[in-house]
Amino acid sequence: MNTWIERQRGLIDTTVANLRRRKARNLGLLLAYVLLVFLLASVVLFGDGMRREARLLLEEAPELVVQRLTAGRHDLMPAQWLERIADLRGVAAVEGRLWGYHHDAAVGANLTLQVPREAAPAAGRVHLGATLARLRGLAPGDVLSLRDHAGQPHAFVVEALLDSRSELVSADLVLLGEADFRAFFGIAAGLYTDAALRVVNPLETRTVAEKVLARLPATRVISREEMRRTYDAVFNWRQGLPLMVLSVLLAAFALLAWDKASGLSAEERREIGILKALGWDSGDVLAMKLWEGALLSLLAFLLGYTLAWLHVYYAGAPLFEPVLKGWSVLYPHFALAPEVDISRIVSLALLTVLPYVAATLVPVWRAATLDPDEVMRE
Amino acid sequence: MIELVGVGKTFNPGRDNEFHAVREVSLSIEAGRVTALRGPSGSGKTTLLGLIGGLTRPSVGRLRLHGRDISALPERFLTALRRDTFGFVFQQFQLIRDLSVLDNVMLPAVPTGRPHADIRARALRLLDEVGLGRRAAARVQWLSGGEAQRAAIARALINDPPVILADEPTAHLDSALSRQILEILAELRRCGRTLVIASHDPLVFEMDLVERVVDLRDGRVLA
Repeated sequence: MNTWIERQRGLIDTTVANLRRRKARNLGLLLAYVLLVFLLASVVLFGDGMRREARLLLEEAPELVVQRLTAGRHDLMPAQWLERIADLRGVAAVEGRLWGYHHDAAVGANLTLQVPREAAPAAGRVHLGATLARLRGLAPGDVLSLRDHAGQPHAFVVEALLDSRSELVSADLVLLGEADFRAFFGIAAGLYTDAALRVVNPLETRTVAEKVLARLPATRVISREEMRRTYDAVFNWRQGLPLMVLSVLLAAFALLAWDKASGLSAEERREIGILKALGWDSGDVLAMKLWEGALLSLLAFLLGYTLAWLHVYYAGAPLFEPVLKGWSVLYPHFALAPEVDISRIVSLALLTVLPYVAATLVPVWRAATLDPDEVMRE
Repeated sequence: MIELVGVGKTFNPGRDNEFHAVREVSLSIEAGRVTALRGPSGSGKTTLLGLIGGLTRPSVGRLRLHGRDISALPERFLTALRRDTFGFVFQQFQLIRDLSVLDNVMLPAVPTGRPHADIRARALRLLDEVGLGRRAAARVQWLSGGEAQRAAIARALINDPPVILADEPTAHLDSALSRQILEILAELRRCGRTLVIASHDPLVFEMDLVERVVDLRDGRVLA
């Protein structure tokens, strides 16, 4: 065992000396590799961060949301329906929700107006999402003016701004009281946008959903799990675009590595011949070249991953933000919570290190099995 | 110690450029003595030296080391044998550019798995012995021809092999440097090593170093 360790140490020392010898070439390769890992890891870390944020936010969401459908379209739900749902066995609580969209011509974006479950603003007052406030240049005490369903202006006093930590979902949010909401959209009392359900046993959510559908066939029931899957799908799709481009880059890089390893110069072939003449067997040469690949790719991975981590969690991923968050007029400013996911690190390492090492393996094996006498005569 | 029986080496067999570098050589090399292979360029000296040292395999014939046939040994065993038994001093020095003299000298010992500190200490001692102690950290391309050849000799000795194979060890050196190198080789003989030297340099044969001369021409041993 000790002999094996000493041998590997000797091989690593020689490998490091070899890497230092061809500084320009290896540095160029290292930079290209670092850049590739950085881009790939940035996309993956950002996508993961977004999904994690979405999941955290959904933890507070109701287990089921029931929406009335008319001709397949979302419609307002009468209060009596809420009572019919509340009667169902397994339902712990039902709550009618009021929310809607409003196109704000001033900023050219759709705003979400919503009546909060608790601590609703007083009449004539609103709480604003931080992004919207920033875009409109509003601070608490200022007036937000919007035109209602009839085209009449409504002036709301900004009472507070929503916590910027929730900016992912509150970017375009306007919270207001029930009376103001109904007046603004012209919705009569006794009608709700949809219903939020809490179930007695979360394991029975699916059964409760089926019961709701059986009792009220003209509804759509959306579970929290489905919402989570939707978020995942959205971020997966967005993440897929750059990943597709980067996978092509990765393949190109593997080809470059193959080319580098297979296109051994006459000098490199001669050196392998010398080593073999001096008593290195093919396994030693192969091990040295594998160490070379492993050291280069691991160093590139560590540098690339660290840069990506800083890029995503501290710089806000400016390179990928538009693609991964989605294109929006109301662009949320928020920082993802830093996290180190070992399984993700391992999978990224395998994704970036293995192709390089694999691409260099065959050409290196070919070089390692050269006849020393033949090579030294070339 | 080393015995060659009807050994021949053919390059590119069956092709238009087929070339018989060595033909039917039978030869015994005795332990602890200095044997010189002498002949003009193209006489097969280097190829024969390569065959003796296991750098290449014979196309025909048998090679025996201490009575054991090594002609058909698997590569792994042949390499280990080469590493432990033979020290090579090549015609063109064959040092690896951009590595230090010390790193070059240590290279043959890397696969042995000996402790790094031991290898380094021995390499430095050998460099001292050949007068290159102060040049250990220098890159090999900065060495003069004589220094490069001395570095190559130090490298050949790192694994303490009983047999030194030297191919034209004085080929690129002036007379004074050639004498230095031959003195070092003579010292190796005094230490009990077996030396096989391929050369056509008259100086090698003028000095009281070579104990046996094998003349070669067109790949054959002259009677």
